[in-house]
Amino acid sequence: MRFLNLFRTTAFRLALVYLLLFAASAFALIAFIYWNTAGFMAAQTDETINAEILGLQEQYGQSGLPGLRQIIIERSSGGGSGLYILASSDFTRLAGNLSSWPDVPVADGDWVYFTYDRTSFGETERRSARARHFVLRGGFHLLVGRDVHERREIEGRIESALFWSAVITVGLGLIGGLAMSRNVTRRLDVINRTSRDIMGGDLARRMPLSGADDEFDELSDNLNGMLDQIERLMGGMTEVADNIAHDLRTPLNRLRSRLEVTLMKPATEQEYREALEGAITEADGLIATFNSLLLIARAETGEARENFEPLDLRVVVNDVAELYEPLAEAKRMTLKVAAPRPAEINGDRGLISQALANLIDNAIKYTPEGGAVTVSLKVAGEEAVLEVRDTGLGIPEAERDHVLRRFVRLEASRNEPGSGLGLSMVAAVGRLHDAEFSLGDAKPGLVATLRFKLKD
Amino acid sequence: MRLLIVEDDRDAAAYLVKGLKESGHVVDHARDGVEGLALARAQTYDVAIVDRMLPRLDGLNLVQKMREEGNQVPVLFLSALGEIDDRVKGLKAGGDDYLPKPYAFVELLARVDALVRRRQPEQVQTKLVVGDLELDLLSRSASRGGQAIDLQPREFLLLEYLMRHAGQVVTRTMLLENVWDYHFDPQTNVIDVHISRLRAKIDKGFSDALLHTVRGAGYCLRAVS
Repeated sequence: MRFLNLFRTTAFRLALVYLLLFAASAFALIAFIYWNTAGFMAAQTDETINAEILGLQEQYGQSGLPGLRQIIIERSSGGGSGLYILASSDFTRLAGNLSSWPDVPVADGDWVYFTYDRTSFGETERRSARARHFVLRGGFHLLVGRDVHERREIEGRIESALFWSAVITVGLGLIGGLAMSRNVTRRLDVINRTSRDIMGGDLARRMPLSGADDEFDELSDNLNGMLDQIERLMGGMTEVADNIAHDLRTPLNRLRSRLEVTLMKPATEQEYREALEGAITEADGLIATFNSLLLIARAETGEARENFEPLDLRVVVNDVAELYEPLAEAKRMTLKVAAPRPAEINGDRGLISQALANLIDNAIKYTPEGGAVTVSLKVAGEEAVLEVRDTGLGIPEAERDHVLRRFVRLEASRNEPGSGLGLSMVAAVGRLHDAEFSLGDAKPGLVATLRFKLKD
Repeated sequence: MRLLIVEDDRDAAAYLVKGLKESGHVVDHARDGVEGLALARAQTYDVAIVDRMLPRLDGLNLVQKMREEGNQVPVLFLSALGEIDDRVKGLKAGGDDYLPKPYAFVELLARVDALVRRRQPEQVQTKLVVGDLELDLLSRSASRGGQAIDLQPREFLLLEYLMRHAGQVVTRTMLLENVWDYHFDPQTNVIDVHISRLRAKIDKGFSDALLHTVRGAGYCLRAVS
C-alpha cells in the first residue's frame, strides 16, 4: 500500500519522466553507434562481393567455363574468407570451397544468408555467411560470398548490449526514482505530520530543520516564520481582549453604579439631571476608548494599506501643528515646527495626522507651562524622520518599550483624561506604515520618533 | 422640516423620532429599505436619515435607487460599520453626510440642520454678511463695522464655514471635518482654542457678540436681531 502510494507522488512521476527522456536518448546513442559500425561493415562486405562477381563474370566471358573453374579453384584454396561455389544447372557442384550448394532458395542476383560447415584443425564448425547468386550463360550457377560469422557475432553482441543496457537503464531509473521520491516524500511527510499536529492543537510545535539548508529547510523556515507571526497575532488578540475588558469594564462599571446609586433613593430633578449628564460624559469616554481600540486593531490588520496614497509629510506636519498651535499658546508654551524639506511617502493621511496629533497632544499635556514642544521633519538617506520633542516629564526608560506594545498604557495614566491609548495608536500606525517608532530621552522630556521610508 | 428616518432598530428609531419631533421636526419612520423607498417616492422630504444596514433593501442601494429616480433629498447616513472607507462608500452612493454610531444627538441635529440649509439653491456668493460682519470671498478679507480684521488662512476658512451656517449650531466634529478635513476626535478640544482666538478677533471691542457657545453642542454664529 505504501509502495503504491509512492508511485503516486509527484517526485516519482518526475523521476519517471526523466527516466523516459534519459532512456530515449541512450537508445538513440546506441542505435547510432550500431548503425555506424555494423551497417558499415555489412556495406563493405557487399561491396567486395559485388566487385568479385564482376571480375568473375568478366573472366567467364573471356575464357569460358574452364577459365572460371580454374580461377575459382585458385581462389578457394587461397585460405581467405571468400566462399565460392560453381554449380551446373541442376545445382551439382563443379568447383569451389563449399562442399555443396547451400540449402537456400535463390534466384538470379539474390542476396542470401546461409550457414555452412567449416572444418579446420579437425573440428567442424557451423558458421554464417552472406553471398550473392548469379546465373551464368549456359545455365551455370555461381555463388560468391564471405564468411560473416565474426561480423554477425559483433552484431549479436551489440544487440544484446542494447537490450541489456535498456533493461539496466530502466531498472536503475526505477530504483533511483523510487529512492528519490521516497526521500522527497519522507521530508514532506515530516512537514505534513507537523502541520497536522499543529492543526490538532499543538500550537507550539515547529517544523524541524534537517540542517541541509536546502529548499525544504527554506520551506520549513518560512512556515515556522508564518507560525510565529500567527502566534504573535493570536497573543496580540488575547492581549487586546484583556485590555478591552479592562478599559471598557471599568468605566462601564462606574456608569452602572452611578445610575444605580442615583435610583436608590428619591432625588431632586437637579440631582437626576446631574446623574444623567455624568452618565453621558462617561458614555462619551467609553465611545472614545472604543474608537481608539478599534482604530488600533484596524491599523494592526494592515487592511488600511489599501487607502495608501502618496503624500508629503511636510504638509501633514504643518497642518497638524497649526491645529495645535493655539492650544500650546493657551498653555503659554511654544510649539515650533522645523520641516525645511518636503518628504514624500506612501501612507494614509488621516491616520498619520491622527498619530501626530496624539504625539503633540501628549507633549502639550505632559509639559508644564512655559515649556516647549518641537516638531521636526528631516530627510536622512531613504528615511523621513519625524520627531516630536518636549520639555516635560518624559517616560521612565524601563517603561518606554512597554508603552509601545499593543493596547498597553501606563498604569499611571489610566486615570488621566483621554483614552490613554495615544501612544499605542501611534505605534500601530507606525507598524502599518513600516515606520519604526521609538521613544527616547530629550533631557529633560520625551522625544518620540517615527522613521518613515521615503517613497521611491 | 419634514424628515424621513429609515432605521430598523426599533428602540433607536423611537428615540430618534422622539428627539427630532421635540426639536420641532415632522418625522416619518420606515423600518426597512423597501418601505423607505416607498415613502421617499410618495412624499417630499427635507432630509432623509438612512441607516447603512437595512433589511430587504440595504441603505446604500436605497440611496442609489433614490438618486437614479431623480430624488435629490439630502441624505445623512448612519452607520455602525467601522470600515475606514465606509464614509467614502456612503458619499459615493449619493449620501451627503455620514455619521458613525454611536453619535451624540446634538451632533445629528446640527448635521440635519446643515443639510437642510444646503438644499436651498446655492447662488454664487462673493460676500458673506452676518450683522455687521462681512467676509469678502474674492479678496479673502474680513471686516466688522467697517474695521478690517486680520485673519490667518485657517481662521478665514473657519469663519467662512460659520458664516455659511449662520444661525445654526455647528459642532466641533463638523468644524474638524469641514475646516480641517480631519475625521478623528483629538484628545483635547483644540477646536475650542481656535474658536476663542477667532472670537477675540471678531467680537473683542464690540458690545454684541456674534460667536456663541452652545453648551453641550458646539458653536453658533448669529447676529442680534
